[in-house]
Amino acid sequence: MAKSVEYLLEAEGIHAWYGSSHVLHGIDLRIARGQTVGLLGRNGMGKSTLIRTLLGHVTQRDGRISFFGEDCSHARPHQVARMGVAYVPEGRGVFPNLTVRENLIMAARPGRDGQNDWSYERVLDRFPRLTERLTNMGNQLSGGEQQMLSIGRALMTHPDLIILDEATEGLAPLIVTEIWNVIADIRESGIATLIVDRDFRRVLAHSDHALVLQKGLSELAGPAADVANDPALTGLLGV
Amino acid sequence: MDLTTFLIQCLNAFQYGLLLFLVASGLTLIFGIMGVINLAHGSFYMIGAYLAYALAPVVASAIGGGFFATLLVGVVLSVVFGYLLEWAFYSYLYERDHLQQVLMTYGLILVFEELRSLLVGDNVYSVEIPQVLAGSIPLSEVMTYPTYRLFVSAICLVLVGAMFWVFARTRLGMMIRAGASNREMVQSLGIDISFLYRVVFAAGFALAAFAGMVAAPVSTVYPGMGGEVLIICFVVVVIGGIGSIQGALVAALLIGFVDTFGKVLVPGAAGVMVYLAMALILLWKPDGLFKAG
Repeated sequence: MAKSVEYLLEAEGIHAWYGSSHVLHGIDLRIARGQTVGLLGRNGMGKSTLIRTLLGHVTQRDGRISFFGEDCSHARPHQVARMGVAYVPEGRGVFPNLTVRENLIMAARPGRDGQNDWSYERVLDRFPRLTERLTNMGNQLSGGEQQMLSIGRALMTHPDLIILDEATEGLAPLIVTEIWNVIADIRESGIATLIVDRDFRRVLAHSDHALVLQKGLSELAGPAADVANDPALTGLLGV
Repeated sequence: MDLTTFLIQCLNAFQYGLLLFLVASGLTLIFGIMGVINLAHGSFYMIGAYLAYALAPVVASAIGGGFFATLLVGVVLSVVFGYLLEWAFYSYLYERDHLQQVLMTYGLILVFEELRSLLVGDNVYSVEIPQVLAGSIPLSEVMTYPTYRLFVSAICLVLVGAMFWVFARTRLGMMIRAGASNREMVQSLGIDISFLYRVVFAAGFALAAFAGMVAAPVSTVYPGMGGEVLIICFVVVVIGGIGSIQGALVAALLIGFVDTFGKVLVPGAAGVMVYLAMALILLWKPDGLFKAG
């Protein structure tokens, strides 16, 4: 293992298929420790597929994926998670039949380097609204509360990277702002993030790097500020 | 019916219901969590009963024996066997449709019955009630109740309590419940769902086998016992609401009472009482008493 561990995630030439449809056509993606990367593109361009492939959920895949220099090209989802990757999925993935408290503590585990600072109490401190809802079932929460629970649950696994897929989807503007504040806090705390969101301006404002997908290919990539000023951007996003 | 007879029938119904629950809980969990219709679940009960019969002399000669030592060895063997069975067969069934599940698990019934026939034969056997529990407890001047049956109820109650505790209070239980609702999310939280499934399956197998083992001294051990219990357990699972463990408990006790009192009160129609109860409950609640969330 002479591989440098400067990069938390290195993915090269990622292909993915759903059945016979070829969705990703060779995408490269690198995320350094503590870096925030924005993933942009119109609907159906392969953002969620790329995320699910990196996480090991898409089994028809090709290419090389490594976390901390360790090859995870063929890793199963729980092995990827144990490399320090947490997932806040589209639709939030809150367990409807578990209470808020159970949703949080079932996930708790120390991080890769034994980090243990996101205790149950600290997560509730960060998301005070959950404190009032501890005994409610996951499906009794509002969308915003579910999103906070999903992010809180991700933090309970002490990740080095959090992948957020459409974290603000369907939420009221005030809650959306609150979620972006949380994302900023996470970035501040040194945890790397990979963000997919419809609001590309906010994504670019919160990211170090950005990547724009079109038809399963990475059409534009680079520092977020450069991507934001690139004349091709609006065309790629169809705005 | 006088009060003592009524009490005895209640105890019988309770004991039968709890035993049914031990078998049906595994069936409903394996369906609710892994989505597998396990027709071979009755065979697990049969395997348990035959283990109680066949292991007794082996355990007796190896470590001095006794019913409880046999029970312990049997449970350990069942957990191991259940674990291997999941690895070798059931783990291939999860993503497949129900027809394939039914075909394979029906095939396993035939295999288990044939193996039983080859290894132990087709006779009816009895298993001795352990000495310490062979007595009876007087209920009135003329009526008594066998201690062993009380023991069965007691040990089943302990298991039911333990099961609900694991399910409701432990992280393992939370993971199992979470796995029933969102498999992908559970994996992305770093939990090996294949291992989780294997544990649930092995536990389901062991519970059914344990029920067979403790039932053996009161029900005798005979070919076809697996099929009978399977059908009743499906009734329990359907009444309770497929996948619901609370539902399975309520339904198992209900069936225990309906069956026991049916035999006493309307002996002519005893065979249909259970199915009549099922039909009525499904008319009232088509998804069963407790719909799994």
